[in-house]
This record gives sequence, C-alpha cells and structure tokens, in this order.
Amino acid sequence: MPGPVVILENVDMIFGEGASDQVHALKEIDLRIEQNEFISLIGPSGCGKSTLLRVVGDLVQPTSGVAAINGKSARQARLDQDYGIVFQAATLYDWRTVAKNVQLPLELMQFSRSEKESRTQAMLELVELSDFAGHYPWQLSGGMQQRVAIARALSFEPSILLMDEPFGALDEMTRERLNLELLNIWRKTDTTVLFVTHSITEAVFLSTRVIVMSARPGRITADIAIDLPQPRNAETRSNVRFFELETTVREALRVSEAGDQPERKAA
Amino acid sequence: MSEPRQRFWAPAVILVVLVVLWESLVTAFNIQQFLLPKPSAIAGNLVQVAALDASVSGEGEDISLENRFFTVLPADLSPEMQASLQEAQWLAFSLGGRTFLLLRGNNLTPILAASWFTLKEALGGMAMGTVAGIAVAIAAARWTATREALLPFAIAANSMPIIAFAPIMNNWFGLDNPFSKMAIVTIMIFFPIMINTVRGLVSVDARSLELMRSYAASDSEILVKLRIPNALPSLFSGLKVAGALAMIGAIVGEYFGGPRIALGVFITQEAALFRFASAWAAILVACLIGIAIYLVILLAERLALPWHPTFRA
Repeated sequence: MPGPVVILENVDMIFGEGASDQVHALKEIDLRIEQNEFISLIGPSGCGKSTLLRVVGDLVQPTSGVAAINGKSARQARLDQDYGIVFQAATLYDWRTVAKNVQLPLELMQFSRSEKESRTQAMLELVELSDFAGHYPWQLSGGMQQRVAIARALSFEPSILLMDEPFGALDEMTRERLNLELLNIWRKTDTTVLFVTHSITEAVFLSTRVIVMSARPGRITADIAIDLPQPRNAETRSNVRFFELETTVREALRVSEAGDQPERKAA
Repeated sequence: MSEPRQRFWAPAVILVVLVVLWESLVTAFNIQQFLLPKPSAIAGNLVQVAALDASVSGEGEDISLENRFFTVLPADLSPEMQASLQEAQWLAFSLGGRTFLLLRGNNLTPILAASWFTLKEALGGMAMGTVAGIAVAIAAARWTATREALLPFAIAANSMPIIAFAPIMNNWFGLDNPFSKMAIVTIMIFFPIMINTVRGLVSVDARSLELMRSYAASDSEILVKLRIPNALPSLFSGLKVAGALAMIGAIVGEYFGGPRIALGVFITQEAALFRFASAWAAILVACLIGIAIYLVILLAERLALPWHPTFRA
C-alpha cells in the first residue's frame, strides 16, 4: 500500500506576521490523507479551510511546518503537475471554447495532439457537455461552467483534486446533481479529493471523512469518518445514518465555535 | 428596440437635418463663404450634378460649372463643353424627363491624391507606434522593475502635447520626407497603445493566475496563454484611440510644412488662397478616412474577439 497522499505536520500560517493586524490563519495543523479518500474541510467562514487547501496546492507557503504531497514537497508536487484545482468561480478563459478550456492543462503539459483530442472528448462526455464543445463560456449556465472546470481539472488525471467550494455559487438543485456527478467521476478515477465546503449536507454526502475546523486561529477540531455505504446515490440522503452523521458534524461545528469564543475574547 | 436598421436611421435623419439647417441658415443670413461655406459648395468640390434642360437655350455658349454642386445646362452645348462633361462624367440618369449627369468635382482628384499620401503616413506611423507600444508593454508587464521605472514617464508623456514636436520631427527627418510625419504619428499613438496594453496584460484575474501556477506554467506560457489574450480587448480600445490620433497627427504635422501633395498642406494652401470650400472638402474627406479607419479596427476587433461581451448577441 502506498504512503499517504497528503501529510501535513504542525503547519502554521500567519498572514502579516509581526504586524498589529496579523492573522493566525492556521495553527498546528496535522493531517494525513490516504489515496482515494474524499476529504471535506468544513468550518465557519474565516477558519482557514481555503488557506489549508492552498497550502496543500502550494499556492501559498506555510509560515512553518511541513507539507508533503505524494512523498515530496508541495512545490515539487506542483511542478510535477499533481494537482487539479477547481475554484468557487469556474475561472474559464473567456477567449477559449469549452473544448479549448478543457485542453488548457493538456497543452501546457505537452500532450500529443491525438491524446489532447481524445481526452477532451472523454472528459466532456464525463461531464455530459459533448454538445457544447464549440461554445464559449458566456453561453453556458453557471452549473455547466463549473462542470467544464471539473473536466479541465480531471483531464490530465491529477493525483489530487483540490476543490474550493466548487458548488457554493450554484442553486440547490444543480448542486445536488453535480454532487452525484462528482462522486461518479471520483469512483471512475483514482483521484484523491480535498473538498472545501460550508454545507454540512454536502460534506456528509460526498466524503469518506469530514474535517471540522474552528476559526481564529484555524485549527482542526474534529475528524469524522463517514461510514455511509458506497456508491452513494439519492437514497443515501434518506438513510438514517446520514442524519446521524449530519448531526454529529453539526455538533462538532457548534463545539468548535463555542471553543472559539474565549480565544476571541482573549484577542 | 435597437434593431440595426433603427440604429442606422436615427443618426442618418439627424445628419440630413443638420446639413439642411446649415445650408438654409448660411443662405438666409447671407454668411460670406470664407466664414462658412454652404454644404453644397463644399460638396461641389468633390461631386457635381448637371441637369440638361432642353427648354433652356445656351446658343452654343460655354457655361462654367465652377464648383457649384448643382447646375442647369442647356441641352445644345458646344462640342468642347460636351467633351469636357463626358470626361468628368461618372454616370447619367433620367428623372422626370430630364437627364442628370453626375460629375467628378474639380478638386476631387487632388484631394484624393493628397488623402492617399497622408493616409499612408498615418498608417505607417500607426504600424510603427503599435509595434513599439506592444513591445514595450510586454517588457513592462514581464519585468515589474521595468514597469515601475517606465510607467511614470509614460503617464507624464501621455499628458504632453506631443503634436508640439511636429516642427522638430520635420527638422530631423526633412519636411518632404513622409517619415517625419510617421514619426509624429508613432510618438502620438505609442502611449495610448502601450498604456492600454500594459493594463490588459497586468489586470489578470487572480484565480486565472493561480490556475496557471497550479499547472506549473512558465512565465512565457502565462504570457502567451493568459496575459496576451486577456490584453486584446484593451489593446483594441487603444487602437481605436490611436486610429483617431493617427490622421490628426499626420495632418497637423503637415500644417508645419510638407510636400505639396499632402492633405495638410493642401488644406493650408487652399485656406491661404481664400478657397475655403475646397479646404472644407479636404477636411470632410479626412473625417471620412478617420471614420473608415475606426470601422476597420472595429471589424478587426469583431473578427479577433468573437468571445468578447460587446459582441454577445
């Protein structure tokens, strides 16, 4: 069995260190993620969950501590193109068609022409957008744009998929449908997913593990295994265990916020 | 309700109303032609209409069309007159029993020749200024130090009346050398092109940049695949400003001296000889060229940026 995909040890992140308005975004973060896990980070806004995702993706460097990805530094993992990233905004390039947007990482990674085309086609089929290959982003709805972003992130088979509230801006119906699609994709690929969300339902429904964080400083306060049966589907949502786990996560969030109070007063 | 047809008709009607108003006010108040010529007198320098009327007898006399827009001629013209009309004729048509001749105006050929000469100067300067502006913009976007060192000068230079350098350029490159006017145009349009392009290259969405970083893209890949496409819309805004400036730069440059065949020289000479209608006619042609340049840039923009919000149906 291969080692953990992500190892974070004693990671601290302080923005504006030494300044009067310094922000202790992450404090003493220890986290291990095994291959093929689907991990959700949940917590109140400002708890540093997006920052944690960025530390893993080497988009910011931690003030102290170690981030090892696939047995190497986060920077090396980024240079080795181990990451597929999906933000809350689809972040498609306006001047590229849907197919060309999906191809962007493939172009940068020097895939052959035929490989580029076959992968783009396969990815668009996966997210059910084959008929829109020649459209420009503005011609698509928000949910469709987000599916293009997911296809783009998966096109080069990254070992880790980093998703920062990818469905946060979508309506409930679209979100639930994309949740199912995402799980389908995750099952079909060997990807490990790190998923930031502020929706308890979404976290429980998608994840194999939910990491609960507290704010100021951002710390991990609970690590809850989600033992719902796979594959998950619409019936999962009516499972009694689903409600229990939702309650567990909600409780953990409440405790983390309560525990947060004296700290805030002290500051 | 802004269908293309409507968008065309509203300004067209206003244009006709303004021209008619201009014509009738100048006639009504008997304004001297050197103060403000009538639109018909201006147009007469470029195009003339002659109506052949069989009921009028000229008894073989020569009748001068001068630069009038509209003249009624007797049908029994002298052979010489007929030959010269034949030569200047574009087309003839009948309307209500009369024959009308559409003729080239006396000043059409010199004005078009001068316009072509000046247009070449404007386009040459535009090409050089655009290439230089884009090149410096890319350098400024690529190296922050370059940008911080250059931008204050660029902004200062942009608020400078660059046309004031025209006599210097004429002195450097020679009055009759078209390059002296190209140099003026180059300097005039360099700054709007450069500043607009830098803005487009630098104002890249933070997420788009992070995406590129996550793919481990190099700086030059980010430039080609993100910054340059992102800069195209603002480059085209710069080009539209530059297109207007280019004709201004070339013509005003010629006001300070140039070959007889240049449009700016033509305008100053005609004005000096109190032939204001033909000066106005040359200005009219310069305006039309300016509009044409703008439309060409607009068309190029449409072709290059099919994805741009402006063109979304």
